[in-house]
Amino acid sequence: MHLNDLVNHGSEWLKGTGPHSDIVLSSRIRLARNLDKIAFPHWANKKQNKDVLDAVEEAVSKIDLLKKTTVFRLADLDNVDKQFLIERHLMSYEHAQKSDSKAVVIDEEEIVSIMINEEDHMRTQVMQSGFNLFEAWNIISAIDDFLAKELPFAFLPDWGYLTACPTNTGTGMRGSVMLHLPALVMVNQVNQVLAAISKLQFTTRGLYGEGTQASGNLFQVSNQVSLGHSETDIIENINGLIRQIIEQENQARETLVSRNRAMLEDKINRSFGILKSAYIISSQETIELLSMLRLGCDLGIIKDLDRRQVNELFIVIQPAHLQKIENNKLTAQERDIKRAEIIRKKLVKQ
Amino acid sequence: MVCDVCSKNQATVHLTEIIDDSMKELHLCEECARQKSAQMDQQFGLADLLAGLAEFGKPQGEDKNTLNMKCPNCGLAFKDFKKIGRLGCSECYTSFRRYLGPLLKRIHGANKHIGKSPAKITGDLKERIDIEDLRNKLQDAVEAEKFEEAAKLRDQIKELEIKAKVSPIDNKEGKE
Repeated sequence: MHLNDLVNHGSEWLKGTGPHSDIVLSSRIRLARNLDKIAFPHWANKKQNKDVLDAVEEAVSKIDLLKKTTVFRLADLDNVDKQFLIERHLMSYEHAQKSDSKAVVIDEEEIVSIMINEEDHMRTQVMQSGFNLFEAWNIISAIDDFLAKELPFAFLPDWGYLTACPTNTGTGMRGSVMLHLPALVMVNQVNQVLAAISKLQFTTRGLYGEGTQASGNLFQVSNQVSLGHSETDIIENINGLIRQIIEQENQARETLVSRNRAMLEDKINRSFGILKSAYIISSQETIELLSMLRLGCDLGIIKDLDRRQVNELFIVIQPAHLQKIENNKLTAQERDIKRAEIIRKKLVKQ
Repeated sequence: MVCDVCSKNQATVHLTEIIDDSMKELHLCEECARQKSAQMDQQFGLADLLAGLAEFGKPQGEDKNTLNMKCPNCGLAFKDFKKIGRLGCSECYTSFRRYLGPLLKRIHGANKHIGKSPAKITGDLKERIDIEDLRNKLQDAVEAEKFEEAAKLRDQIKELEIKAKVSPIDNKEGKE
């Protein structure tokens, strides 16, 4: 698989199906693993980092479940390529900062990705469309079992998997769910919900990962605690919380539809109108308008538009994607023009 | 996420702050992060900020020996950990065991792993207790900078681990 093959390829997690996919975009599980006694990436010397990279690559090549994966060494990628992978949620921003002895392993459907030599020797993630953490867990746990047969993972019986940062020690697991909460934002209740979440040892982040602000009414909820609870208990806890948030969003949507239908239809159709007719548009404006469009699809206010198309637009309107599609470097202004063109093409033909 | 300091702006700077043996995440908006940085009379930069924050919590009951204590496997000193918030290798968990136990408890509210494991421990209980005992002795040796003794102890632990058959077998998630 070549990186450019991904450009016109829709990721599995964006397909807009799965339980509660009107409100939940995707579910993701990641596991942090390290090799016993070898210095963690930030503390290792060049040779150690290289050895880890080689060992993990070899282990991956032996596992049937990972047969359809491709290894991308970061040293072989340019900045646009790296940004492109970040935009597709296949690797972190931190991973892209230095390239030496780093790689990311990606499967064809973009369900699995393994970052090698990020903060830990290995960061494996599995993404699923919709509200589906247990499915993601089943996949990642099987991969983890096979990897454990090939690699000596750092582990203590009483403290679990040992990680570079003690905040990940134990299960080394983080489960995240990406939520679209436009109605809670519109009725001014989202801050109460987020405040409650943070009191329960969960965190929220924006669409584009750690350190990004929430835009497009998209919020990512993850567990913070990784020691003292089993993986399935942690997932149950996240699921319980997410179910409550889904219920609240649904209630807020019902309230809006019953009391403010005209306002809602106006807002959604204006957003659709701008997206279909703009010739210059920033990513920030696009994301906010796409959020309204997605809500319009969910409520049946906009017909004949597939949720998957809206999901994919959230991803392809980002800077590196535009440059990959154009196969050329673009300035910010050129990107705003190209972005508007792509959106028109997608939406006007309807 | 809202800034922890002003509770108004969106937090865009995320830090891990270590004071004594407690570690917490700090989420700041750019404005408050800059102010915090200015307070420390340092140029704004993440590394500086992290280092500065660690300095706020002057060690209490931690003498110079503790701070200079090094992991015999990777050479990371305990003060390095306090500065960067990251350990050097998996052996650091054994080398700094006494200090990490309470820290893990503060971060996670627990310090006993429940969940899956890569290895099924089949050795009898006595051997496992012996290993724990040796690990504590190793900790003492490291603190006293008796590296030769520490190396011997590590070999003994390794031997016992092999005897206790700590080997990768099946990986059933367990709640034992």
